[in-house]
Amino acid sequence: MNAEARRIGAIVWKDLTAERRTKANFNAVVFLAGLILLLFGFAIGPDGQTMELIAGGVLWLTVLFSGVLSFNRSYEQELENGALEMLLLYPGDRRSIFVGKLLANLLFVLLVEVVMVPLAALLYDLPLWRFIAPLSLVLLLGTIGFVTLGTFYAAMASRLRAREVMLPLLLFPMLVPLLVGAVQATGGILNGDLLGSTAAWIRLLVVFDLIFFVAALFAFEYVIED
Amino acid sequence: MSNGGLLAEAHRQPHWLAPTGWLALVAVVAAQVTGFLISRPDRVMGNLQKIMYVHVPSAWVAMLGFFLVFVASMLYLWRRDLKYDRLAASATEVSVLFTGLTLALGSIWGRPTWGIWWTWDPRLTSTAIMLLIYVGYLALRSFTEDEERRARWSAAVGVLGFLNVPIVYFSVKWWRTLHQVQTVDVTGTIGSSYAISLIINSLAFMVLFAWLVGLRTHVAGLERQREAWLEEQALTGSEANV
Repeated sequence: MNAEARRIGAIVWKDLTAERRTKANFNAVVFLAGLILLLFGFAIGPDGQTMELIAGGVLWLTVLFSGVLSFNRSYEQELENGALEMLLLYPGDRRSIFVGKLLANLLFVLLVEVVMVPLAALLYDLPLWRFIAPLSLVLLLGTIGFVTLGTFYAAMASRLRAREVMLPLLLFPMLVPLLVGAVQATGGILNGDLLGSTAAWIRLLVVFDLIFFVAALFAFEYVIED
Repeated sequence: MSNGGLLAEAHRQPHWLAPTGWLALVAVVAAQVTGFLISRPDRVMGNLQKIMYVHVPSAWVAMLGFFLVFVASMLYLWRRDLKYDRLAASATEVSVLFTGLTLALGSIWGRPTWGIWWTWDPRLTSTAIMLLIYVGYLALRSFTEDEERRARWSAAVGVLGFLNVPIVYFSVKWWRTLHQVQTVDVTGTIGSSYAISLIINSLAFMVLFAWLVGLRTHVAGLERQREAWLEEQALTGSEANV
């Protein structure tokens, strides 16, 4: 168990170090997220009330559209120079590769959100600071499910010629329950409704995360073996 | 690798296939005759209601088909026999066809009933999402060349996709009820005289489904043989050149 934790830690550290040394991808994704937020504003605005009403949806679609770009990259750097084969040759459970990549991607997307969410609050006039704790919970739960399935499907999509279109095509239909739950919960919190339906949507997110974490963990072995 | 046994085995159609095809034809014709001639038009919706005789069975059959994809995918991952992969892929193709039919028929029914082609009804919406999940499955297959890898990957996608079907349905349902929009409950309007036509159509669609999947699986086996044969030809050809 301890050995697995060390392997997971090593993969997280490796992926994040590679990311930190270039920074190019993080910066590009953050700016893209900002751009998407502005584009949604132009498409929906300039009526302030409409923008406030749909802010939850805009926020989550921006997370999905910008975050999806980070998953393929997580495997692409492994495919160069046969690094993936090396990684598979190391002893230990292959599931730790999945969990390691998942955690690295999770940290990456959460860091993007740390910049993006305050920006969204600014642009769409959201009462972010008043509800920071419940909003963070929803963001965390939604992002966990998103990154779990993203890391799983990217293990396949990144090795295809049509990777740019295949990843969203496989991933986004699967994320419909997560999108619905996260947007409803976010909207509920921003409207000050912390009980009732918001709690139910948060439970849906928890169930979604659990089911697909377990399913992807077991299916990953079949996807990665070659 | 010897393909000799495989070649001889998969060459002939399974014995049940041709009779099932004829049975499917007879059943579908009989079901339409009952639907159009024998069953009475609905009091409120008239003959429009009769779309349900084909819409509902095709939705049921599609659902059953996706369950078959799930089972065949699990069997492949367990046994690693490519025949389960061919079954899963064939069931997906046929089920996607029936899902498309379900959506088209639902739309045609919805237009005069609700005055709109599309509504964000939980059943309709989750059917559309289901269609997209399995279109993704088929797209993944078409982009993956190595057959063993294709089988493993699509089995994984087939299993996860099926797990999501109830979650999608209930999440969309809750999403709708929160907004207090009531849709017409189709199942409530079905009386006992309609049930007979519905049951006959369902049976007919199931036989049709079994025949289509059986035929497609058989064709997939033939395609596999042809590829193996071509590969062998290419190999012996290059040897002769050397």
